[in-house]
Amino acid sequence: MTLAEMSSNFLYAAFIAYLIATFVFGGAVKGNKTGTYNSESRWGKTAFIITIIGFLANLAYFFTRWGATGHAPLSNMFEFTTAFGMTLVGGFLVLYFLYKTPVLGMVVLPVALLIIAFASMFPSEVSPLIPALQSNWLAIHVSTVVIAEGILAISAAAGLVYLLKVVDLTKRSKQRFWLEAIMYSLVLVLGFVIASTYFTAAGYQADFSYVDKEGVEAEIEYKMPPIFGMNEYTALSENTMTPLAEMPAVINASKLTTVTWSLIFGTILYWLIRLVARRRIAAILKPFVKNVNLNLMDEIGYRAVIIGFPVFSLGALIFAMIWAQIAWSRFWGWDPKEVWALITWLFYAAYLHLRLGKGWQGEKSAWLGVIGFTIILFNLVAVNLIIAGLHSYA
Amino acid sequence: MDKMQCQCGHVNPPGTILCESCGRSLTEKEQNSKLVDMRYEGTARRSQTYNKSIIDKIWNFFSSVKVGVGIIVALLVAAAIGTILPQEEYVQVATRNEDTIKAYYSDVYGEIGRIYHFLGFHDLYSSFWFIILVGMLAISLIIASLDRFVPLYRSLKNQRVLRHESFINKQRIYGKGYAQEDVLAKAETKLKELKYNVKLDKNGLLAEKGRFSRWGPYVNHIGLIIFLFGVMLRMIPGFYVDETLWIREGETRAIPEVPDYALESKSFELETYSGEENGGAFSEAVDRVGSVAKNYQTDVILYKKPENSLPGATEDMEVVKEYPIRVNQPLKFDGYAVYQMDFKLDELKAMTFALTNKETEESLGELTIDLIDPEKMYELENGATVELKGYYPDFSGFENGEPQTATPLPNNPGFLVEMTTPETPKGETSFILIRNTIEPFGDNQFKLEFQGVETRDVSGLTIRKDSTLPILGLGGLIFMIGVAQGMYFNHRRFWIQQKANGEVILAGHTNKNWYALKKDLEQVSAYASLPAYSDQQEEIEKQMKKEGEEAL
Ligand code: HEM
Repeated sequence: MTLAEMSSNFLYAAFIAYLIATFVFGGAVKGNKTGTYNSESRWGKTAFIITIIGFLANLAYFFTRWGATGHAPLSNMFEFTTAFGMTLVGGFLVLYFLYKTPVLGMVVLPVALLIIAFASMFPSEVSPLIPALQSNWLAIHVSTVVIAEGILAISAAAGLVYLLKVVDLTKRSKQRFWLEAIMYSLVLVLGFVIASTYFTAAGYQADFSYVDKEGVEAEIEYKMPPIFGMNEYTALSENTMTPLAEMPAVINASKLTTVTWSLIFGTILYWLIRLVARRRIAAILKPFVKNVNLNLMDEIGYRAVIIGFPVFSLGALIFAMIWAQIAWSRFWGWDPKEVWALITWLFYAAYLHLRLGKGWQGEKSAWLGVIGFTIILFNLVAVNLIIAGLHSYA
Repeated sequence: MDKMQCQCGHVNPPGTILCESCGRSLTEKEQNSKLVDMRYEGTARRSQTYNKSIIDKIWNFFSSVKVGVGIIVALLVAAAIGTILPQEEYVQVATRNEDTIKAYYSDVYGEIGRIYHFLGFHDLYSSFWFIILVGMLAISLIIASLDRFVPLYRSLKNQRVLRHESFINKQRIYGKGYAQEDVLAKAETKLKELKYNVKLDKNGLLAEKGRFSRWGPYVNHIGLIIFLFGVMLRMIPGFYVDETLWIREGETRAIPEVPDYALESKSFELETYSGEENGGAFSEAVDRVGSVAKNYQTDVILYKKPENSLPGATEDMEVVKEYPIRVNQPLKFDGYAVYQMDFKLDELKAMTFALTNKETEESLGELTIDLIDPEKMYELENGATVELKGYYPDFSGFENGEPQTATPLPNNPGFLVEMTTPETPKGETSFILIRNTIEPFGDNQFKLEFQGVETRDVSGLTIRKDSTLPILGLGGLIFMIGVAQGMYFNHRRFWIQQKANGEVILAGHTNKNWYALKKDLEQVSAYASLPAYSDQQEEIEKQMKKEGEEAL
């Protein structure tokens, strides 16, 4: 077994451990009917240990891959996203250690699983570093950022638990709508994973030539049946679906196709769940949070931001600026990725001021935590894949 | 406004909420609330006290957290808008000017692009209004910090151990009950063990920990202000140099904006991954993507002119150092740094021709034309000559019969030559291009036959000096110290008082992390048998919820 193969086996092991731990955490919370925290803490401890084992396997993945590539595995979409899933679990472990709340694990672990599954849809072969990335600052800067994001994301998890408990699902309201929208978007990620896995397993491939936005002829490979065609496309493979509509040159119709298939798969899955359960997803989860101490959740959410914000400032701004000064001769260049790091930072600064200065605690703070996570994900996914810049990985 | 005298006799500055001495609530609103507002220890802040003159109004505007957050959010939204379409500097156009950039936005992005450009969003981050927003952020940071710093400093400096009961029982953590005689002494022992500073006064105790963390926000704001000041400085000439230098292999050039220094490029190298590195680990990735760059490198020699040499003299330069400039490894000297930023491979350097008799194919000899610095006249054997009457390094066509050149770079060289041989003493004229020869005055007997070409690489280097970096670094460092100080430490306090009848009252307060405060209190309670406490905020919330449910 090569080091690279070993590394991917460790990742599988971590994935499975997280999966099991999710259910044990769920059991811990659900088993606690009477609100005496006895069984909750016993099952919680078991789940915590399983999570730690998973996390160790996850670390083993990280360092064996580092050994295999010769550089910190934080240099492409697969590696960075997987690392984010890992630090999310890491952030959870820190806060679990401080506050011992199984319900948090029940929310964080499935999200981490989704993120790792999402990451695995990107090319995962070990790849060499382009000159700009050949620097120790790659490991220093990116790992600090991803650790900070993992911790900050815990505030969203705590916020979600808070919202699940306080939002009244029996009455029509904006809160109920948005809470369900969060659930729906998590299912959409699963939709993407299912769509990619399905079409990859089926070996789908369709090649097209097209004219790009600079007016140059280029070729592209679709891995899913083309719903949308590229600008002035011509099919190069036979027996493939004809695109339903042609897109202008600025739109990457191949990515739009992937998004659309994910939407289709995700939406079908979402309605299947609702049909079977006859309830909103939020309502399915509601019984799990019955005994949650709201004040404690609020405090965990705040604590996560307090721990994460300085780390994020250091990694995403200060280390980033130092490296940019060395590699690109200027510490700041308004590259989209840089700008979104700044936006994330400004957002959490606003969070802190609203909380301290305007007394935004409890529900408001919980919503802000969830929005913060959305911004982090936007920076990770949309900025990398859609808004091309110096940092673009794909 | 008048000074406010408390029942205890202490005279407080106007605007005070909690008496500086005993802690009684001074305003009616405060007296009626269940919990005291501890945010700035109930001290008077200028912004809450004066509201008359225009200066007061401006002061109050900028010291408001609402306004501060408004500015932060405005910046955040503006920054996001700037990423919808690429900024002007990242746009690739053949020739850069306002019109081509404008055309680019509407050609590539259609109507949206046109509007984006029209609104000035293509250069958002250096727009006037964006810079004003940043300036307002700085003003707000300064005023808001001053507004709170002074009163907070005063009150934290004069903390009293004994406070009025109404101050104690309106704290979030509060307890009351009977306890043993030696409760204060025992609490003191345990609190000291937990690293609290303990002060005793008569029948009261004040334990305090982590007071310095209260200065965190002010320290971090100072860091931010220093950083913004540094950014402002770079607009002053001399603090900041940003130049580009294109240098060919073998060339020596003066470094722009850097007096007395010159750079020679020995060679430029571009390496790509073969897929064999690292035991073949990368072969799959290299196969998928095609070629992946591994290294861009310019080997240079840095020269310096001696002190008293004549301007323009280049012979007597001293070698300072030889250095391979690579991405991530700039050449540094004397406050300047030279970066590997760009390159052009295989620029034409020289072309070699043979003067040939068209009929017999007999050669009269060869000549090599240096494309950067061509000679006027080339003399061959047998007295034949080739005179270069015109040189067009980047030939772009004829205008009014005159050959034109688009740039001074030898991308597509054209030569107008006159060839003279013993057989054709009058000379023959020919216009030579790559793969094409024009004979404007009819058929010639001789031609210049292309023999070969020499090429070389060109490095695109960036020269930077940034004297503001130390200031920015200092600002960043202070900011980090401030956030760590304010967020990784908390200011925790306990007040305990023992009354004459044996009753004990206690209260606790922290600016952050109530969970840890309660844990500390539980440890002290266990040791000193303190009366049970409650979290009054949680009680109030429970109460409100219950009332809400009953109302349904
Ligand atoms: C990007 C800009 C800013 C950053 C990064 C920043 C950062 C911070 C941080 C980290 C804290 C501590 C928060 C906590 O401990 O929970 C803080 C507190 C504070 N900031 Fe800012 N700040 C910024 C801009 C501003 C502005 C524009 C104002 C103007 C109103 C302001 C006013 C305050 C106030 C009043 C506090 C609370 C101080 C206290 O309670 O003692 N900040 N700031």
